[in-house]
Amino acid sequence: MGESVWIIGTSMTKFGRFADLDLLDLASTAALDALVDSGQDMADVGLLALGNVYEANSHNGQRLLKQIGQTGIPVYNVVNACATGATAVRVAMMGIKSGECDIAMAVGVEKMGKMGMLGGAAKKADQKKVFSPKGRYGAVVKTEGLLGTGLMPGVFAQAGTEYALANGITAEQFAKVAVKNHMHSTLNPLAQYQKSFSLEEVLAAEVISYPNTLPMCCPTGDGAAAVILVSDAKLKTLDPDVRRRAVKVSASVMTSDPWTPSGQVQPDVNTLTRMAADQAYEAAGIGPEDLDLVELHDCFATAELIHYDNLRLCDPGGAGDFIDSGAPTRDGALPVNVSGGLLSKGHPIGATGIANLYEVVTHLRGEAGDRQVDGAKVGLTHVIGLASACAVHVLEAPAA
Amino acid sequence: MTRSIPAVDYLVLGEDPHLVASECRQCSALYFDRRNACAMCSTTDFASRRLSNEGVVRGYTIVQRGAKSGPFTSAVVELTGGGVVKANLIGVADPAAIHPETKVRLTTFDVGTDDDGVVAVAFGYEPIGA
Repeated sequence: MGESVWIIGTSMTKFGRFADLDLLDLASTAALDALVDSGQDMADVGLLALGNVYEANSHNGQRLLKQIGQTGIPVYNVVNACATGATAVRVAMMGIKSGECDIAMAVGVEKMGKMGMLGGAAKKADQKKVFSPKGRYGAVVKTEGLLGTGLMPGVFAQAGTEYALANGITAEQFAKVAVKNHMHSTLNPLAQYQKSFSLEEVLAAEVISYPNTLPMCCPTGDGAAAVILVSDAKLKTLDPDVRRRAVKVSASVMTSDPWTPSGQVQPDVNTLTRMAADQAYEAAGIGPEDLDLVELHDCFATAELIHYDNLRLCDPGGAGDFIDSGAPTRDGALPVNVSGGLLSKGHPIGATGIANLYEVVTHLRGEAGDRQVDGAKVGLTHVIGLASACAVHVLEAPAA
Repeated sequence: MTRSIPAVDYLVLGEDPHLVASECRQCSALYFDRRNACAMCSTTDFASRRLSNEGVVRGYTIVQRGAKSGPFTSAVVELTGGGVVKANLIGVADPAAIHPETKVRLTTFDVGTDDDGVVAVAFGYEPIGA
């Protein structure tokens, strides 16, 4: 793996809907706060990677520098679905590992507002309707709703019921994930929502795509997050107060989805996650039993449950027992999504894969306030974006 | 006589409606869409293969929000003898009706008529013996 890379600064904005802030306001806030947290100046940063999805053709990395410092450094604008933020982190890390720079900044930012979980409105149809095969499937009509569903709520619902049919999971067990994460977010002032729901409320809420009800689906929203990364050699030259709060990136892994027989009709969110987790454990020299907290990609409650298994947090097929045991609650054996997760903290797509690093770093530094996982030394983050891209990071607190 | 057209080109209409897939001649991977090369083994040689009209439900959801024509059930169906396809499960609105190894069979239904009077036909699956 070569020399280690460390996180010396991190920040996130509150997630929510901020009509008065533009994309650059959010990105600037996250970037400047992370710099202050790292004890460095913009002049010390040798590379910027900027992750953003919905305005990706606007060169937002360079636009960000026009707000916080045009130092002439190389800028990489990246997009990788819901793994966009983590991809920016990977680019920044590769810049350090390649020797191109010794301090790098990764920023993830998104403004989604109230676009709705199903995306934008459909375009107006043409005047005369004549069926003619179009595209690689030779489709003559829009197939969504006619040949099943490929929208996100349905995709992750079907991934969940596939696991449920194979392992005997109930709708109540999926709902418990949402109860847990909404409860967690009541302790996180940066979360989009801070409201608890009972199991009965979650189950009785509007069904979006069975078994996921409204509180079992993440909201859209605005937000940004940032990290400042540094090489091992550079860290040794920095102020003792910076070194004391530095968190080691023990593993940083990215995978794409390998071919599986069902992948062309239903994205396989399992295989690439399992590959990434296994590679990350190998690289970090740890196992899931060594983890003190996990921030995983709970875009829907069904997703979190199956990722317990994919990330090897539970026995094979045992994700239902795992949630029933209370293990993933904040005071349980292995807290998962103490931030509130995507379900309650929010999911501004470009920011998500850095906000999870912010959360774990904050716990490993012992600075998470009311929601602190006591004595946390090792944490794991996971994001997955459909297409598909998966990133897993393992972080370790510095030796006391 | 009413003219009809399949909603997607991997559906073959006529007296015996069925699905066809492109099969990689090297590794037998199946594809419903046009491919430049095989996603499994990267070779570029494909043949057409008829798929079974029967299979089992591997995953499903009942879509309520965003369903323009009312709630529908979407299912991932693993076909007997190879191939996995996604389509609507016809006549199933209750999750309790779907068990592990629920067997289904292909059916077709009209989804619209264009201004030349051509009817588009899609496919779905019905439980066997329900």
